[in-house]
Amino acid sequence: MLRLERRATPSSTMSIVSPLLAAAGMLVTGFLLFSALGKDPLEAFYLFFIKPLSTTYGIGELLLKTTPLLLCGLGLALGFRANVWNIGAEGQLTMGAIAGGGVALWFGDSDSSLAMPLMLLAGVLGGMAWAAIPAFLRTRFNTNEILVTLMLVYIAQLALSWLVHGPWRDPQGQNYPQSQGFGDAETMSVLINGTRVTWGIVYALGLAVVAWVFSQKTFAGFRMQVAGLAPAAAAYAGFSEKRNIWIALMLCGATAGLAGICEVAGPIGRLQQQISPGYGFAAIIVAWIGRLHPIGVVFGALLMSLLYLGGESAQMGMGLPSAITGLFQGLLLFYLLAADLFITFRLKRTAAPEAAASTPKPATTLENA
Amino acid sequence: MNPLVPMIASTVVAATPLIYAALGETVVERSGVLNLGIEGMMLIGAVAGFAATRASGSDTVGFIAAAGAGVALSLVFGFLTINLQTNQVATGLALTLFGIGLSAFVGHNLAGLPVARLAPITIPGLTAIPVVGDLLFHYDIMVYLSVALYLGVLWFLTRSRAGLTLRAIGESPAVAHAIGKPVVGTRYLAVMFGGATAGIAGAYLSLVQTPMWVEGMSAGKGWIALALVVFGTWKPTRVVIGAYLFGGVTQFQLFAQGFGLPIPTEFLSMLPYAATVIVLVIICRDPKTILLNQPASLGHSFHSAA
Repeated sequence: MLRLERRATPSSTMSIVSPLLAAAGMLVTGFLLFSALGKDPLEAFYLFFIKPLSTTYGIGELLLKTTPLLLCGLGLALGFRANVWNIGAEGQLTMGAIAGGGVALWFGDSDSSLAMPLMLLAGVLGGMAWAAIPAFLRTRFNTNEILVTLMLVYIAQLALSWLVHGPWRDPQGQNYPQSQGFGDAETMSVLINGTRVTWGIVYALGLAVVAWVFSQKTFAGFRMQVAGLAPAAAAYAGFSEKRNIWIALMLCGATAGLAGICEVAGPIGRLQQQISPGYGFAAIIVAWIGRLHPIGVVFGALLMSLLYLGGESAQMGMGLPSAITGLFQGLLLFYLLAADLFITFRLKRTAAPEAAASTPKPATTLENA
Repeated sequence: MNPLVPMIASTVVAATPLIYAALGETVVERSGVLNLGIEGMMLIGAVAGFAATRASGSDTVGFIAAAGAGVALSLVFGFLTINLQTNQVATGLALTLFGIGLSAFVGHNLAGLPVARLAPITIPGLTAIPVVGDLLFHYDIMVYLSVALYLGVLWFLTRSRAGLTLRAIGESPAVAHAIGKPVVGTRYLAVMFGGATAGIAGAYLSLVQTPMWVEGMSAGKGWIALALVVFGTWKPTRVVIGAYLFGGVTQFQLFAQGFGLPIPTEFLSMLPYAATVIVLVIICRDPKTILLNQPASLGHSFHSAA
């Protein structure tokens, strides 16, 4: 008989092993799924996880998609650690894109070297402004941030849709719902020749280090961690809950807004109705896989980015629906949550008395470790 | 015909999926479990109901399949949160993300296909009454069943012994457990009930409101249902009133067009989401409202061994 037993202290080893278990579970499920669909699982795995990385261009695409996932994931992880459930990074990303893209359109084709810094700044501020709404409503009116941040996603997307259908639509764009293309000075330069990856990934990796320093080495980061792990202790120590909520949401708004402007000023190059295939939502999984730790989030973002690329590759190579990416993402999070059980519990073998009586060979099964 | 009649009728149709989803979640939350996965279960219900109706030609089969699919997904949630005691917020989010992915995957070659809209019933004599007949006796069967569901949930929560047990478990699972009430079993049944109603709500979208399957077609209605439970302070009657108010807000587009208001459609489409935020602010403004009405153990895992 196996029994679950609470560990004396949570296992830090298991918190790192658990994402690996989850990935393994996802692969096994994928194997069964591909077999059930009548596809060769090994070929599907090759298309999903190896082929996208076999060229320089592919590596560039991996880093390109990692950028928004990492940026959003970093911000979300800081919030989740403090029990601030911002699930609207997608909306903050969209607002960042709108604000930064608006600045880009205002500059037009100008060669001003101010354009890019101002666009990035506007993107960050746009995301922060959008995140300020749930922060204000939560701290002032006690309103649940989960629902507010999510509702604001839809509002932001509709605002973008209105802008590209109406006031910001390219007059020469044959009625496509998109803005004019950004000028050269308003487009981020490519980091590696022959790929599409931009300087955004450098900003994102830099911010991962900043986030690590913030969460591990500063008092503000410590306060947020205490608030998440032991709210009563945080209150007793006099840590302001409101300040934590504001910091968490402002930081995530900033990083998600930056992700938004990096997308439209990078690979997209204009404003259009659809600017993200759900990066802000996938970043929730990224944060979790990364154990809410900035360095872990980097790995989580790379994995999630690979799932996006793999989905596209499997669609082209095997005719599998690209929606398989979302399926794998969801599975991964489920398995991770289940595997996390072993952080606080362990399996223990126990002797069931009646089983012992009927077993002819007693010695092997009865010993408890 | 009075132009208000079709507007009210469309409001009722818009409110019906919200009623199913929100009443189910009310029962789930009253048992102390917070399931944020309604959106995912609705999408699975929508695609399952659509596929089953197309395969069988029967709406009844479609709605049963949708309820079954919702229950299946809710069991995953139940196993994780009730047995493995995972974080309910995170698991609910996972359920939604998984449901979005799974429904898109299952439904990728169903998009754009037609299905016959579930027809409104006609009651001989009653439906023919001017105005009143159109307002009261000319809906599809699921609208009437939603009213029955409301009465059933109301009776269950306030008048039945099992409902009392469920509420006790929601307030204090430890005490309920100590006096021999089945915490795990009750919570499982509640979660499954919520899954079934969310599945039906989803199928109502794909079989009645817009009779087709579109990826992500619930468009946040599952989240609005969650907000309605808070808005209704966990009381079925207020939840249903809230659902009809929201149904009206979602139909404001029709009102505006009817009166020729020159507002861009995007702004009209924002209204339900903005209204959700405003309503939440109004209800949550006074922490005492939440404190007095929210099930005390909402969102907390329970383990009997501790």
